[in-house]
Amino acid sequence: MSDGSQRPAGDESPVPEPDYTIESVTDKISSIVLVRPYGYGWLVGFTISFVLMMVLLLATSVLFIKGVGIWGVRTPVMWGFAIVNFVWWVGIGHAGTLISAILLLLKQDWRTSINRFAEAMTLFAVACAGLFPILHLGRPWVFYWLFPYPNTMGMWPQWRSPLIWDVFAVTTYATVSLLFWYIGLIPDLATLRDRSKNRVAQIAYGILAMGWSGSSRHWHRYRTTYLLMAGLATPLVVSVHTIVSFDFTIAIVPGWHSTIFPPYFVAGAIFSGFAMVLTLTIPLRRIYGLQGFITAKHLENMAKIILTTGMIVAYGYFIEAFMAWYSANPYEMHQVLNSRPKGPYAHTYWQLIACNCLIPQLLWIKWFRTNPLALWVISIIVNIGMWLERYVIVVVSLSSDFLPSSWAMYHGTKWDYATLFGSMGLFLMLLFLFVRVLPVISITEMRELVHEQAGHDESHGAGGTKP
Amino acid sequence: MNHDHDHHHDHDGHDHYHELAEIRETLARAGGSRYWRSLEELAGTDAFQGFLGREFPSQSEEWTDPVGRRQFLRLMAASLALAGVTGCAFQPPETIVPYVQAPEQIINGRPLFFASSLTHEGYGMGVLVESWQGRPTKIDGNPEHPATLGASDAFLQAAILTMYDPDRSQVITRNGRVGAWDDFVGVVIELRRQARDDQGAGLRILTETVCSPTLVEQIRALLAAFPKAKWYQHQAIGRDNAREGLRMAVGDDVEPIHNVAKANVIVSLDADFTAQGPSHLRDARDFATRREPEGLSGGMNRLYVIEPTPSCTGSIADHRLAVPSHQVVVMAQAIAHGLEVKGVSAPTPALIPARAKFVDAIVADLKANRGACLVLAGVAQPPVVHALTAAINFALDNVGKTIDYIAPIESDPANRINGLRELTADMAGGRVSTLIVVGGNPAYDSPADINFADALDKVKSTIRLGLYEDETSSHCHWHIPEAHPLEAWGDVLAYDGTASIVQPLIAPLYGGKSAIELISTLVTGESKAGLELVRSHWEAKRPGPEFEGFWRRTLRDGFVADSAFKPKPVRLKLGTVQIGQSSGPGLEVNFRPDPTIWDGRFANNGWLQELPKPMTRLTWDNAALLSPATAKRLGLVVDELYAKVDQVDLTLNGRTVRAPIWIVPGQADDTVTIHLGYGRTRAGRVGSDIGFNAYRLRPSDSPWSATSLKVEKAGETFELATVQHQNVINGLQDRELIRVSTLSEFRETPHFAQVPDEHVKRDLTMFEVPLPQLRRQEGHEGNAWGMSINLNTCIGCNACVIACQSENNIPVVGKEQVITGRAMHWLRIDRYYEGDLDAPTIHHQPILCMHCESAPCEPVCPVAATTHSAEGLNEMTYNRCVGTRYCGNNCPYKVRRFNFLQYSDETTPSLKLMRNPNVTVRSRGVMEKCTYCVQRISAARIIAEGENRRVGGNEVKTACQSACPTRAIVFGNLNDPMADVVKKKASPRNYALLAELNTRPRTTYLAKLKNPNPAMKEG
Repeated sequence: MSDGSQRPAGDESPVPEPDYTIESVTDKISSIVLVRPYGYGWLVGFTISFVLMMVLLLATSVLFIKGVGIWGVRTPVMWGFAIVNFVWWVGIGHAGTLISAILLLLKQDWRTSINRFAEAMTLFAVACAGLFPILHLGRPWVFYWLFPYPNTMGMWPQWRSPLIWDVFAVTTYATVSLLFWYIGLIPDLATLRDRSKNRVAQIAYGILAMGWSGSSRHWHRYRTTYLLMAGLATPLVVSVHTIVSFDFTIAIVPGWHSTIFPPYFVAGAIFSGFAMVLTLTIPLRRIYGLQGFITAKHLENMAKIILTTGMIVAYGYFIEAFMAWYSANPYEMHQVLNSRPKGPYAHTYWQLIACNCLIPQLLWIKWFRTNPLALWVISIIVNIGMWLERYVIVVVSLSSDFLPSSWAMYHGTKWDYATLFGSMGLFLMLLFLFVRVLPVISITEMRELVHEQAGHDESHGAGGTKP
Repeated sequence: MNHDHDHHHDHDGHDHYHELAEIRETLARAGGSRYWRSLEELAGTDAFQGFLGREFPSQSEEWTDPVGRRQFLRLMAASLALAGVTGCAFQPPETIVPYVQAPEQIINGRPLFFASSLTHEGYGMGVLVESWQGRPTKIDGNPEHPATLGASDAFLQAAILTMYDPDRSQVITRNGRVGAWDDFVGVVIELRRQARDDQGAGLRILTETVCSPTLVEQIRALLAAFPKAKWYQHQAIGRDNAREGLRMAVGDDVEPIHNVAKANVIVSLDADFTAQGPSHLRDARDFATRREPEGLSGGMNRLYVIEPTPSCTGSIADHRLAVPSHQVVVMAQAIAHGLEVKGVSAPTPALIPARAKFVDAIVADLKANRGACLVLAGVAQPPVVHALTAAINFALDNVGKTIDYIAPIESDPANRINGLRELTADMAGGRVSTLIVVGGNPAYDSPADINFADALDKVKSTIRLGLYEDETSSHCHWHIPEAHPLEAWGDVLAYDGTASIVQPLIAPLYGGKSAIELISTLVTGESKAGLELVRSHWEAKRPGPEFEGFWRRTLRDGFVADSAFKPKPVRLKLGTVQIGQSSGPGLEVNFRPDPTIWDGRFANNGWLQELPKPMTRLTWDNAALLSPATAKRLGLVVDELYAKVDQVDLTLNGRTVRAPIWIVPGQADDTVTIHLGYGRTRAGRVGSDIGFNAYRLRPSDSPWSATSLKVEKAGETFELATVQHQNVINGLQDRELIRVSTLSEFRETPHFAQVPDEHVKRDLTMFEVPLPQLRRQEGHEGNAWGMSINLNTCIGCNACVIACQSENNIPVVGKEQVITGRAMHWLRIDRYYEGDLDAPTIHHQPILCMHCESAPCEPVCPVAATTHSAEGLNEMTYNRCVGTRYCGNNCPYKVRRFNFLQYSDETTPSLKLMRNPNVTVRSRGVMEKCTYCVQRISAARIIAEGENRRVGGNEVKTACQSACPTRAIVFGNLNDPMADVVKKKASPRNYALLAELNTRPRTTYLAKLKNPNPAMKEG
């Protein structure tokens, strides 16, 4: 494969913009952490997200004191916001690994500008996601019973349950994502250690840099490990959301019991993950003046991925409806063809179709793909749409299954909303901290790109990048 | 007694001093204004618990210290109020002996059963009460007793909760202050002296319907001593109409006894005979024996029901016609005329064609079954309907065959409403100096135009005996806590005259007195124990050396053998019947007892409040029930998804109440039914201030129905707590949940109920085709538990639901939680409508855990908290449950219930006593569901193993099964070919719910059969 074929057609803006040198790249990126003072905007943003996180803390405290009855969950809709939020956050957490690992292996070097940020976002999203299965438990204080550990009860988890598979899938994903992110950070941490003037920062970055000296041996091992980790992380992108979808498909609930779920959940995860990356990157590049690194080309590429995965998702909806009709199963037909589009939750369903299937079609038009504001709005719409999709799957399916006598309406309570928005607060707060203490763009990889573009382009390709 | 304690406690006197100080501090902190509440809170402190727990003062040393003595007396006053808190720790004052040698009968871990009787509508219902180490925990029917035959209803089942209700009145009060029984006896002596002077001219006694021979004897003795005193009986749900109608027909006071089992054709004129009335359990059982097409009992009967509002009986009718209540008399007239009853002319104007056709079919059917049919009239119908009914039964030669008349069971039969009117007038006119109100709640449940409460305030001295300090007590000077029938000696007659001795299972929790004890104090001037009074009454009736044997046998059996009244020969004396067609300018309003809280007496019973009403599926509220067409005409709507309903102002005779509406398919058009019993103001913490008070509209001259109701939309909405959506009316066609056929079609296609599954298996299922009986045949010899539910006989009466709640310690969650879908019933009765919205067929389907052989809930639990037992039970391990609720989602029958919050009351002491000790009380965060009463299976297994035998196929009875009046539920061992459940499942009508999911449920249903009249087929 030649380099030219990997670059998307119509790409005008190289990465990074050509006037950057190795020196200026380092200066520019590390200055966000080391030099730039606390901005008024940062403080305001951080405060808002911190307050939201406090709301989460409050909601969680009330939850632990009183029980899950403070939420809207009920018979027959025993899963509600918590599971919707969990699936949503896990889905968002897919973009980071996809960008870092799969695009790395596919040698898409435009990813370099966004991978660090996307990985961080992934970690924080998975952290938020990981909260929900525990909060959701009736007795959260015994959550560790879901792990296989030697105990006096002589009990292991019940391996047939998809929830156990979930535990492994999500913990593995979180661990691998963390390691991958951290390994990628090591050279940059060393840079920060070397450049910081503050003694505390020097020590902190020094410890985290693990004695990185930039020797060839270090670079060699780093490079190998990073590639291996990328290889290890790649199947996880597919597996995590496949297994999350098993939570539904393994059950017999009409609207859940469907073989289309794994692929369309994975596509949906990438769809929402990229949407979230866009939602966060567009303001970030503007505020911190990173347009030179995260260029219009990045935005456009991500828009194209959103368009593609969005259509896979739309296809999933269509096939789900078709199979329900084709099966002639009265329960499936009622659920998919009647309850969802025409039932009491029809407005939710049609909002979801609008957000996930119709509005992303605007991305066929180049103006929408390259206009940051338009793209930002669309990305938010997609995020909302994906949350609604999980809501429709979880709540609407449960609200009208087999026995009509048990059908009932579910609605989130104020505590449900507090937990959802509170988790967003946690997510944003972690991101705000992240941009202040770690380089949001990989300095190392940026320097490589600058180096390659400065006339060493032909050497790139054997291992994605080289020292 | 104190001396005994002195010695024991001398060495730790200092500790007691501190303990008292602590309690005093708590009392001081609590302040004066919140006296009662504070005491309840105070009861929570360990020190006070310990203090009370010791039964009697251990603080004898305090007496020597004047300051300490004052503290002590203060505390004793408090402890008197708190007597209930310690529950059974107070022993009766009779001889008490510890278990130095255990009595022969009592084995730890095994319950004892005592036969006794409870009352319903004043009549006796024989029960067996389960008792664990002196604590009654469960009530079931007495299998030998003619009124219950081992079955029970929701009221009997829930009586145990009323007995342990912490809101029952706990202390004698005089003008709101704590009084003492001895003071009261002093007042009674004074009263007797006055009465002796004026022959009791100002003395009045108001009781409920009395069917107790001993109490009648006491009251008669009192009236004999004070001849100018008067005794009245009042009960909101009374039998005045039936009594007067029969007096009109036969010229004498008689009560009808029905033999439903002998009737081939039954016509109910607004008689809900399977769910209401003193013989309803008996009648329901008899009715059900004739619903089996395979049975040996002489073929399936046919039931016609003519009623204004759907009832349990109406829901199992083969033909049901909704007509306004005031038209029922016209229908009766038409039937009588059709049967050529003497003195009955054809109704004018003539009936509309649909009704005429209905009448013609009934008349033909009755004529063809002369002597083997039965016509019944409901208590809500005016006397003339009862008279016509009697005339019809005479004309059809049914008397002596399907109906007998006996002497009245109620003492002093008279028109009760007239009596109440007279009494109230006397009270208001100052002619009553002392009124004794025994039980009941007349200040609340008197008709609106009889202003009893205000009249009560005009009486110089009022004495009230009541279970609760209720609306009536608040107007009375003295309130004496009444002993619950499970706490006191007594006796009562059942519907057929069979006498029962009521024996206490526990010493009165709150020191209550029985009616007999109260009245005897008036008679003799001294207080006597109930046992002595009841025993001496019966000893006088059966004197001689055999008495002791008679007494013991009667107590053991629960009733006096062969004491039923003999049929009374009567002759029809009905002349020409005058039937005035009454119809007013407005809508018709019907007053009915509430299906779960009756006339309001069960308002503070959380089980009954939360019990979904059979037809409306509402909990915690009453509503104005309207037909769909009437609601539409009046522009009233029910938001079906959220049960947000319009409110209306109901105006009758110038009195108005505001009520939420509820739409009931099958309600007669242009009628409104409102249930009595709600709108209580002093019911207790559970029952006060919910619903609206229908008594405020109830006229005394037509207490059941009136035709000039004005309905106006109030413009406000109200949220009702329903457990089942109203809109789900046609969920039936493609799901085959309830399978129904007719008797004649069944004869042609006996396997009709199994046909849909054949079809589904081949074509529709996405799941593996069931392997027939695989697991059971795999050579294991053990027990395989299973259940069969007969939809043909289920009347939806709710007895099983409360039986399950009582047996399995199921908590009450409250209205808000019911609205948010957290009702905890393990067993629910789904109600479906079929067909025409205005005249639907109503179906009931009890749903409980199906114990699927391949249960969808099991594989999805991540911690193996729900697993399968070797005997085929789907078991829940509460301790292992972490509460993912995945099982609840994956259960297609939606029978799993989750403790979203801490629902079980783990703090109220008296409720702790009530619980079944063999069933875990669940905490928040765990899933629960029907266990097939696994504790009963285990108990049977333990006994069987001790006797080195296998558990019999019919040996274990689940709580729902025992309660069911129609024996619709049968449980047993599927591996025992002799088990009843095996025979039931062999029926061609056997089918499994949602069989196509391959869940292989152990609970299956017998399809429903109707026996329609071929002549009614068209239209």
